[in-house]
Amino acid sequence: MNILRALLRGASVAALASMALLSGCAIEPWVKPYERERLGDPMMKFSRDALSDKHRDHVFEVREGARGATGVQGGGCGCN
Amino acid sequence: MWRRALKAVFAWRHAAGAPLAGLLGGVIAPGAAQAVDLPEDRAEAMFHVYDGGGMRASGPALLVRKKLLDKVSLSASYYIDAVSNASIDVVTTASPYKEKRTEYGFGIDYVVRDATMTLGLTSSKEPDYISDYLSLDVAQEVFGGMSTVNLGFTRGVDKVGKKGVGYFDDATHWKYRVGLTQILTPTWLASANFEAISDDGFLGSAYRVARVFGATVPERNPRTRTGRAAKFRVIGDLGSRNAVRAEYRYYWDTWAIKAHTVEFGYSRYFGDAWLADASLRYNTQKAALFYSDNATVETVYVSRNRQLATYNTIGLGGKLSYSMGKLQGKYHVKLNGSYERVRFKYSDFTDVRTGKAYSFDADVLQFFVSATF
Repeated sequence: MNILRALLRGASVAALASMALLSGCAIEPWVKPYERERLGDPMMKFSRDALSDKHRDHVFEVREGARGATGVQGGGCGCN
Repeated sequence: MWRRALKAVFAWRHAAGAPLAGLLGGVIAPGAAQAVDLPEDRAEAMFHVYDGGGMRASGPALLVRKKLLDKVSLSASYYIDAVSNASIDVVTTASPYKEKRTEYGFGIDYVVRDATMTLGLTSSKEPDYISDYLSLDVAQEVFGGMSTVNLGFTRGVDKVGKKGVGYFDDATHWKYRVGLTQILTPTWLASANFEAISDDGFLGSAYRVARVFGATVPERNPRTRTGRAAKFRVIGDLGSRNAVRAEYRYYWDTWAIKAHTVEFGYSRYFGDAWLADASLRYNTQKAALFYSDNATVETVYVSRNRQLATYNTIGLGGKLSYSMGKLQGKYHVKLNGSYERVRFKYSDFTDVRTGKAYSFDADVLQFFVSATF
C-alpha cells in the first residue's frame, strides 16, 4: 500500500514534469497557434465573468454538500 | 481499486510542496512559445438576488482589475449579502431574522514567461462568523500553448460565533487544486480539475438542531472533514457562432457524502451585439453517514442539516449579454442579465409542518454591467 502510494505520487510528479518539458520533444503541437483563433472567442471560455460565476458557485456551495473543483477559488462564510 | 489509487494521489495534500512544484515547472520549461498575457483591465458592477425556500439574499457586488507596469495585475472586489432568512429550519426551530454579510477580496496576478501566479486574499464578515482565506495559484502553459497546468493552494481560517455568546470556536480549511486544460482541436477544449478540501474545527451551525427519537437536540458534527472533487469539462465551437459545453463533477468525502453534478450549456451569438446562453444543471447527492431526519439510535454524531441529506437539484437557466461597443473609444461595455430556476427535492428530509418530504424552488438572478479597457 505504501509502495503503491509512493509509486503513484512519483508517477503524477513525473507526468506533470514531463508535460512541462514536452515543449522541446518529438510530439508536435497538433493545433498551430494560427489555428487557435476560434478558441479565443469569449463564448469558448470556461469562465467568462468571474464575479457572476463566483456568485453562482456560492449559491450552490452553501446549499449542497458537494464543493470544489469549480475553478473559482473563493472564501467561505457561515451561511447555512 | 481506482478509487484507492486516486486517494493515494491526493495524499499529496500533506505536501506543502504542491505550489512550489508549479513554480519550479515555470522555471524548468525551456524556451517555450510567446509569454502569456496578464488578464485585461475590467470593472464590473452587479446586483444579485437569491430567493428560495423562505430565504432571500441579495446585494451588490463590485470588481475592479487594473494592470500595473505591464507586469502585474491588481484586483479588488466587494460583495454584500443582505439576508432575510425565514427558511424551513429557521421557522420551525427559531424565528425569522435579517443579517448582512460583507466580503472583500484582493488579488495580485504576476506573469513570468509562460506562467501566471495569482495571490488572493478574501475576507468575509457577518455578525457571528468571520472567514479569511489566502490562496496561491499558478497557471503554466506547456506544450507550445496546447496545455495549461494549474496548481493551487488555499488556506482559510474562520472564527465561529453565536449571537449572545460571542466567538466561541474556530475552523481551519485547506484546499489543494490541480488541473489541466487541453486544446483538443481548433474548435474543442477540455479540462480536468481535482481538488482536495480538508476542514478542521467547528464544522456545523451553532443554531441548528437535530432530531433524535422525535426530540430536538443540538447537532453534533465531527471536527474534521476531508472531501475530494474531480471535474471534467469540455467545450466546443459548433461553427455557426455557437458553442456547446458539458461538465461532470464527482465529489466524495469522509462524511460518506457522494455527489454527482452534471451541467450542459449552449451559447449563441445573435447579430453583432447579443450573446445568449442556456444551461441545465443536475446534482444528486447521497446523505452523510450521521445524517438523519429523525434518528432512532443514539450516535456520537447526529445532524439534521439538509445540506448533508439525500436529495437532488435540477436547475434551468438563461443569460443574455448585450455589447454596447466601445464607449469613448476605450471602454468595451457589456450589459448582462441572467436568471436560473432551481428545484431542490429532498428524499430524507421532511417538512415537520406537513410530515412530507421537503422540496422548494429557488430563483437566482444577476444583473451586471462589465467594462473592459
